[in-house]
Amino acid sequence: MEKNSASLFGKSVVALKNFSAEEIRLVLNTARKMKQIVRRGGEKKLPNLRGKSIVNLFYEPSTRTRTSFELAGKYLGADVVSINSGTSSIVKGESLRDTLRTIEAMGVDAIVMRHKAEGAAEFATQVVKPIIINAGDGAHAHPSQALLDLFTIEQRKGRLAGLKVAIVGDILHSRVARSDVYAMTKMGMEVHLAGPKTLLPRFFEFDGVKVHESIEHAIQGADVINVLRIQLERQQAGLFPSTREYARVFGINDNRLRLAKDDVLILHPGPQNKGLEISSEATYCERSAIQEQVQNGVSVRMALLDLTLNGGNS
Amino acid sequence: MNQTWQIQRRQAQISTSLIIRGGRVIDPANRFDGAADVLVIDGKIAAVKPDINFSADYNYDASGKIVTPGLIDMHVHLREPGQEAKEDFVSGSKAAVAGGYTTVATMPNTSPTVDNAALVRSMVKRAEEVGIVNVKIIGAVTKGQQGQELAEMRDMISAGAVAFSDDGHFDDNAKIFLNALDYLHDTGKVIICHEEETSLVKDGVMNEGKRSAILGLKGRPTVAEDIAVARDVLLAEYTGGRVHIAHISSARAVDIVRDAKRRGVKVTAEVTPQHLTMTEDLVNPADSCTKINPPLRTQADCDAMLKGLLDGTIDAIVTDHSPHAPEEKDREYIYAPSGFPGLETSVGVLFTELYHKGKIDLETLISKMTAEPAKIFGLNAGTLSIDAPADITIIDPELVWTVDAKNFYTKGSRSPFIGREFKGRAVATIVRGNLMKLNQW
Repeated sequence: MEKNSASLFGKSVVALKNFSAEEIRLVLNTARKMKQIVRRGGEKKLPNLRGKSIVNLFYEPSTRTRTSFELAGKYLGADVVSINSGTSSIVKGESLRDTLRTIEAMGVDAIVMRHKAEGAAEFATQVVKPIIINAGDGAHAHPSQALLDLFTIEQRKGRLAGLKVAIVGDILHSRVARSDVYAMTKMGMEVHLAGPKTLLPRFFEFDGVKVHESIEHAIQGADVINVLRIQLERQQAGLFPSTREYARVFGINDNRLRLAKDDVLILHPGPQNKGLEISSEATYCERSAIQEQVQNGVSVRMALLDLTLNGGNS
Repeated sequence: MNQTWQIQRRQAQISTSLIIRGGRVIDPANRFDGAADVLVIDGKIAAVKPDINFSADYNYDASGKIVTPGLIDMHVHLREPGQEAKEDFVSGSKAAVAGGYTTVATMPNTSPTVDNAALVRSMVKRAEEVGIVNVKIIGAVTKGQQGQELAEMRDMISAGAVAFSDDGHFDDNAKIFLNALDYLHDTGKVIICHEEETSLVKDGVMNEGKRSAILGLKGRPTVAEDIAVARDVLLAEYTGGRVHIAHISSARAVDIVRDAKRRGVKVTAEVTPQHLTMTEDLVNPADSCTKINPPLRTQADCDAMLKGLLDGTIDAIVTDHSPHAPEEKDREYIYAPSGFPGLETSVGVLFTELYHKGKIDLETLISKMTAEPAKIFGLNAGTLSIDAPADITIIDPELVWTVDAKNFYTKGSRSPFIGREFKGRAVATIVRGNLMKLNQW
């Protein structure tokens, strides 16, 4: 493994904008080691974070992110508590500042946070001392998802630099897209964004990223397609007329996949709306790495927790 | 009995005088700019000329300073009635004094909404009781500012309302707005319009632009303002009514107003120091202090604001002083209310960013804060003419100071200007001949 002097020890993970390529490389390399440990079966528990406590503070529903952060912490030996906004003092109107301070007062080392408001994780770093790991803040950032996307691509393709990635669907509301563009361009990938213009952010300008209004243009010759979830309420908001038309014009299916490279890798952050943004065939085919993404999510989150809380020392 | 009568008689006869010596007097209403003394007798301007030979009760040495008519801010939110945790007439008036303002007009988006004569009358009375600066009352255009039915605006005029506004949002119902213009037509009163077409700014928290695109925050596009300004300008033209565009912020909207003025439409416009000098690049989603409506735009928009100010398209500078309680503003960006206080920082911002950078001359700048707003709203203020009320502001253009929320008199504690170093500050505020000293409250 190449020498890397980067360190994330004691740092919060708010957005990949603030990450160097070396720091991303460090996470990917550490995740590789973690994956070997998770996959070897038998005793998975490591002592790395023994005596550390982590709180998962989720203001929005989540299956895979919350569970994988929870398991990641537990595999590393930390004590992990999950707080659900629906069953906490948050429903009594407690402010974010006060909730964070309350958790801090109990002596936790890290807070993994999912919140509807853009900037909430950054706000948290200003309010309390524990390490903050952003597990998604509105449409702003979802750094661990972008890192697991990179990890999955590298595992399957053997490299990152030079690959052409198309991210398609609801770019406008996507924290995944906004994190992927930083992660992928920093690792030398060529990024194309596409979706109906109603779901593209107007005035989006980013070095190394091209925006298309046609899915076909974006996926032409792509090595990787990351299909984003279309939330059904976007139809009610008038952003597209029907799921049927969306699927026909913008959905990823076998027919459309012919435009991409033969060995194109299909990603989706989940949960999928089958038959809308992605067909069942595309979800479950050989070229799909959607299931591996979930598995890799645990390894990548173990890497993040280990590096920030423990400095990666085993 | 006899004794009491004598005391009252004696007080009535006391004559007080104040002379402000050695300053540079800028009185745009009289096109005067030069070295002069200002003599005030019994709360009125008695003389403005060099080397006045008079032995006054009080002397103020204004050498090296600028003496102007008391500054007027026709767009503030003093939050009474009902929102005293954000601000009240006392704290807001003190903030006005600290910023050099002698007259402010407060918006009706309170709880309850100031939409009837009884409330206007009680607010006028309250303003007189507080009596620190001149507080003028703006009434709502529609009942509850709901945009459905006209408020009793003529009753409110009788009770002392100086203008009308549904500020805080745009009246989507064009017919109701047209009716409001017709209904007020012969009164000469102006409607102050918040110009953002509602459906286009729904859930938006910052300018729709490059920065919102990458931050993921929902945008409030300039086209929402442009459409609203265009509609209201056209309705003003069609009805002959008077429209005043509140806190204009979009370059295209300035063009629309400029064209309309050329055609003779009765439209005027105001701009804030923040929309003249700050851009969307300052938006940090972890700090709600930059959240305002309309939002901070781009440098091109700021440049257009300045151009509009200089060529007369934009008539007045207002602060849109919008304080909120600390706990309200200490929230996630998307949940925090819009607005920040501006009365105490505006002279600092404008002198530092415009005057000292050579972008505007003092006569134009002062005119936009005195004579012009007085003209638009028909106020007996904004001038140093003989016998005018002695509302006077003294500004030290060279005074360097740093904005510190601890020194604010407003209850609003969040402002993007906090921590900024400014050159230029109001050092004395004189209301009806009284030199206001803040420590007395």
